[in-house]
Amino acid sequence: MSSENLKKTPLNAVHRELGGKMVDFGGWDMPVQYPAGVIEEHMATRTRAGLFDVSHMGEIWVEGPDAIPFVNSITTNDVTKLVDGQAHYSAFPNEEGGVVDDLLVYRFAEDRLLLVVNAGTTEKDWEWITSLKKDENVTLRNASADYCQIAIQGPKAVGILQKLTETELEPIKYYHFTEGKVDGVESIISRTGYTGEDGFEVYAAADKAEQLWNKMLETGASEGIQPCGLAARNTLRLESAMSLYGHELDDNISTLEANLGWITKLQKGEFVGREQIAALKENGVKRKLVGFEMKEPGIARDGFDIYVGDEKVGVVTSGSPAPFLKKNIGLGFVPPELANVGQEIRIDVRGKRLAAEVVPTPFYKREK
Amino acid sequence: MSNIPENLRYSKDHEWISVDGELAAIGITDYAQHSLGDVVYIDMPRVGDKFGAHEAFGSVESVKAVSEVFTPIGGEVVEVNDGLNDTPEKVNGDPYGDAWFIKIKMDNPLEADGMLSSVEYEEYLEASA
Repeated sequence: MSSENLKKTPLNAVHRELGGKMVDFGGWDMPVQYPAGVIEEHMATRTRAGLFDVSHMGEIWVEGPDAIPFVNSITTNDVTKLVDGQAHYSAFPNEEGGVVDDLLVYRFAEDRLLLVVNAGTTEKDWEWITSLKKDENVTLRNASADYCQIAIQGPKAVGILQKLTETELEPIKYYHFTEGKVDGVESIISRTGYTGEDGFEVYAAADKAEQLWNKMLETGASEGIQPCGLAARNTLRLESAMSLYGHELDDNISTLEANLGWITKLQKGEFVGREQIAALKENGVKRKLVGFEMKEPGIARDGFDIYVGDEKVGVVTSGSPAPFLKKNIGLGFVPPELANVGQEIRIDVRGKRLAAEVVPTPFYKREK
Repeated sequence: MSNIPENLRYSKDHEWISVDGELAAIGITDYAQHSLGDVVYIDMPRVGDKFGAHEAFGSVESVKAVSEVFTPIGGEVVEVNDGLNDTPEKVNGDPYGDAWFIKIKMDNPLEADGMLSSVEYEEYLEASA
């Protein structure tokens, strides 16, 4: 597909000016890396600050008196536990107990929730949730095109963003948010991210994207802020063992298999797929997501087979060099009896079965 | 624009060779390293391995991708650049010179004449851009 047919974020021209290498990512024309390269982008985020355009993510508003019960009935986490100004990670289960998408749920008010979903699945999600709406008193609004979203992540991120807003950032707790002005622009300022670092995700009107991006780059220049592409976003989330939809999660994978029992609240009451998920819990999962580290030179990649002895026991869902840890790591599914830390496995790297070992996740955890 | 030294020969798979008598050093071109991004690992053959022309002799991995590397001409591996194990990033710094992958003893040194000159390789890159 040529780039003319691809969807573009409001920062498309900026990425090109910065020398971003543009690729087709789920129908979006996005920078996979900038001239600095993925290793430098990754390290900048771990040690200083990284700036990410995540405007391709989808935003869906759910408004009305039944907002909480409706979203609670279509997601795995317990929405009744959220307070105003709080967000949580969740998933849309399907009727079979697989996952339609993973998402963030933001509670602005009892009758006003924002769902932030993956870019490539926004339309699928929209069709799915509108099909589930029956006579609940809620209005659904796909506002994806109205917003830009810029993530500023890393140990210097809070300090840089603080220079651009009168909103006090330090008191905002992890997975909480507030509405405020950033460089004079009305924004949602959310202490969330997909890198394993401290930082914020800032949502604002799409036509303010260039102003905010350029201002953050300019303000962070003295701190060594670095624009980061999708490749670094992927290696950062993988070191932190965060799931990527289409890899660790999909229509045929349950949250229980993907170590997301902590967002699967079977006790909260009826929701889509609850019975199937409860049955899976009762009977035990047949496969479990594990983290592994290569013990021989070689890099596991998505889709490679996992062996124990001569038997194929599973498959790699994400594999990559880990630039900060300087190891080759991966995530993959194996039977639960082979999912213990220390389990020796082999990864079939183009015909060579190379030694690897199941290790604790996350691979990387920042020092607080 | 890609750096394409005049004294080397090129393949359409983006390898270069440097001929010295019956020996040829093989590496990847500036265009190839640029397409791959940060090189982090190279899977090398062993000394004594024999390859026909256009056969995959190893692979080069960047953070994001893996790509096979081919022998533009047939021969036997006589030396492997083990130094690249510790410093694969040299391939991004200067893919020519020190960042050769292997040296082979060519089965038929005349095969090298059939490879692209720097001018032809440059034209090939422009045509496929």
